[in-house]
Amino acid sequence: MIRFVLTACVFALVSLPARAIDIQEVTSPGGITAWLVEEHSIPFAALEIRFKGGASLDRDGKRGAINLMTGLIEEGAGDLDATAFAAAREALAASYGFDVRDDAFSISAQFLTENRSDALALLKLALTEPRFDDAAIARIKSQIISVIGSDSKDPDKIASNTAARLNWGDHPYGSDSNGTIESVSALTRDDVVSAFNDVLAKDRIYVGAVGDITAEELGAILDDLLGGLPEKGAPMPQQAEYLQSGGITVVPFDTPQSVAIFGHEGIERHDPDFFPAYVMNQVLGAGGFGSRLMEEVREKRGLTYGIGSYLVPKDYGYLYLGQVASSNDRIAKAIDVIRDEWARLAAEGVSEEELVVAKKYLTGAYPLRFDGNSQIASILAGMQMDDLPIDYADTRNDKVNAVTLDDIKRVAARLLRPDDLHFVVVGQPQGLESTN
Amino acid sequence: MLRRLLLPFAALVALPAIAAENISTFTLENGLEAVVIEDHRAPVVVHMLWYKAGAADEPPGVSGVAHFLEHLLFKATDKLEAGEFSAIVEANGGSDNAFTSQDYTGYFQRVAADRLGLMMEMEANRMRNIRLTEEDITTERDVILEERAQRTDSDPGALFAEQRTAAQYISHPYGTPIIGWRHEMEQLDMDDVLDFYETFYAPNAAILIVAGDVDPVEVEELAKQHYGPLEPTPGLAERQRPQDPPQLVERRLVFEDERASQPYVIRTYLAPERDSGDQKTAAALAVLADILGGSSATSVFGKALELENPKAVYTSAFYRGLNYDDTTFGLVIVPTPDVSLQEAEDAMDAVVAQFIEDGVDPDQLDRIKGQIRASEVYAQDDVGGLARRYGTALTSGLTIEDVQAWPDILQAVTEEDIIAAAKMVFDRDKAVTGWFRKPSETAEVTQ
Repeated sequence: MIRFVLTACVFALVSLPARAIDIQEVTSPGGITAWLVEEHSIPFAALEIRFKGGASLDRDGKRGAINLMTGLIEEGAGDLDATAFAAAREALAASYGFDVRDDAFSISAQFLTENRSDALALLKLALTEPRFDDAAIARIKSQIISVIGSDSKDPDKIASNTAARLNWGDHPYGSDSNGTIESVSALTRDDVVSAFNDVLAKDRIYVGAVGDITAEELGAILDDLLGGLPEKGAPMPQQAEYLQSGGITVVPFDTPQSVAIFGHEGIERHDPDFFPAYVMNQVLGAGGFGSRLMEEVREKRGLTYGIGSYLVPKDYGYLYLGQVASSNDRIAKAIDVIRDEWARLAAEGVSEEELVVAKKYLTGAYPLRFDGNSQIASILAGMQMDDLPIDYADTRNDKVNAVTLDDIKRVAARLLRPDDLHFVVVGQPQGLESTN
Repeated sequence: MLRRLLLPFAALVALPAIAAENISTFTLENGLEAVVIEDHRAPVVVHMLWYKAGAADEPPGVSGVAHFLEHLLFKATDKLEAGEFSAIVEANGGSDNAFTSQDYTGYFQRVAADRLGLMMEMEANRMRNIRLTEEDITTERDVILEERAQRTDSDPGALFAEQRTAAQYISHPYGTPIIGWRHEMEQLDMDDVLDFYETFYAPNAAILIVAGDVDPVEVEELAKQHYGPLEPTPGLAERQRPQDPPQLVERRLVFEDERASQPYVIRTYLAPERDSGDQKTAAALAVLADILGGSSATSVFGKALELENPKAVYTSAFYRGLNYDDTTFGLVIVPTPDVSLQEAEDAMDAVVAQFIEDGVDPDQLDRIKGQIRASEVYAQDDVGGLARRYGTALTSGLTIEDVQAWPDILQAVTEEDIIAAAKMVFDRDKAVTGWFRKPSETAEVTQ
């Protein structure tokens, strides 16, 4: 054992260069900005385009419209119906992924160098002349309704949807962006067109590009692809008010194992204490097998297969969440252990050794994220959306390393509030009842 | 985050290999085979150790022991405390995990390239030197029972898949779930674990894959240093599992569960897997799966059943060629609310029959082959994926030559090959057909 520990220490002195990549800022002739990493060794490129706002821009009474629109973008454009569009894309061996989350709509494209202009022309067609055919709308609606039905019988989904509703009420964060069977059924083609115009606008674009492409080429591409979009989209959502207080909500469901989502309010991404909170959570519940929650709930007691905790800083509201699944007769015990760990860290902070281990992991793991063109393009777009400087990748590990035991003690006392923890438990938990 | 199972459910379209000059191999005297894949774009390495032993190699009555052992490999060894392996990886900024399938068990770390020697040192140590306590067995057995509760018992679709697979194989161990049957898992003990460990965790049953910013000569030196001294298991023969008798008649199941919101029909046919030196039929089946069910907008199923005359919200066809023994070719249809399961199944069968009569659309075949070619370019961006491709193939009875020949074999598939493969595989007497639905729909059984 001693030999391994020594080896580890010796090796740990060496570290990956934090500056793993060279990021350029590119501004197109038409004024669209992107971050670019040129990587010419493989003849393809990845492009990540994000539009801030996302599914939270659904209009009143139209929940699910933006999600439906997202599912329809590839279902025909210009003269091409859904089949012809897909056949054209397949013939180019390009891929375009369209996704929407609470705070962003995203396009993730990959295309070969050999047919780049054709691949981008086809993508442009989808972004400028989507057909939204009635038959496609009916088809995608029925798929979404099928998913909503399945989610209504899925303990994980029931738990996350219940927690969201209790945390955020009527704010868009409080409901599933798929919508309900009723709201989706009532959506019309006009609603889809409105959703498209609300979301895809030039006043909210963030672009990351990585691969076999130059700055000059990218500039021209940005104008051609995105220049024709409307200047302005829908106003951004209101700040969300956190409505939940400490306690337990049991959602009865006939299943052998209970699922629990727990948490309380979190911390903003730009809070001066965000990094201490981030490092603290690495110790508490994000650190895989080394974390306190994993150690106490799984490794020592065998109460679960998996447990974790996460900071969730959305644009308009912040949560500190965790999730665990445990058999109906053991979930109450797991919840006791979680509360105890929450209280222990709030009162005592972390140890010197825990802090050292957490920093080593976080700083060592950071460069490993820059793994593949698509992943890097996504990180570049994400950094811009978070309003981070272009040299962030160079300084991020310094911010982690600067966190002190006192910083963590301060943020733990402020952020971890065991009495405010609310557990949403889906299942037939023994010895647990809803509080009011 | 978690040690995961690899469940053989949806098939991946097999991707071709990258240029062979980036790949080198060596074999140690104790039988350990190694593959090195170079990618110098970032100073990172993936270190994987695969054992040619999975759930299908368990003795009868101890189902789940291969996967249980995988969990226990993170406990103590003669040199490492329980949990220390992962702690050291994390303290070096890396991530690590493990997985168990029917045919293999694998362990991997992703870490800065200069830590490769340390990873090998630890991985070699736990190949032959675990030190388990009775408490490890008791506590970790609770964890795998919770894992079964989470992944299988709480998910009616997973329970259904387990029943269908059990119906597919009578004597062959593929009919037993990787996670294990609960009543057998509850009885797993120290002897069960150590018997499996001592037989299969040996250099002559292992494949080493190193992928990333490394020099193959240095990798071989490190491997000799760390893995070289390990003793092989004497007399370890090629794996021979119990084989099934010929299937003479279709097997049908109706699985009902209150939690089943969306009914569907799934049928799997017994099918040949990729065999070493003989991958032509498998290649035709792989392309057939793509043609029938690859994309909702352009596949035969998607066009006929989702677009032109909508009877389904989702359709698919899948084939898993990378298997040690006989595999399956599957068809799925998820009907629209107004279509019964019987109507859906009949419609799917009618489309298959029509396809065999009409033949392959040559434009569609061209597009699929073009995408397969392009995937060679995209695959170079994912060195971890390449490592998994070799690991899966080499633990499924294939050779490096087979992996590297596969892209060309796929490109050589003709329209006639595909139709011949369809006629061969779509034999109802070799099929298991399952219906999944809520109990209230019982009236349909007699339709």
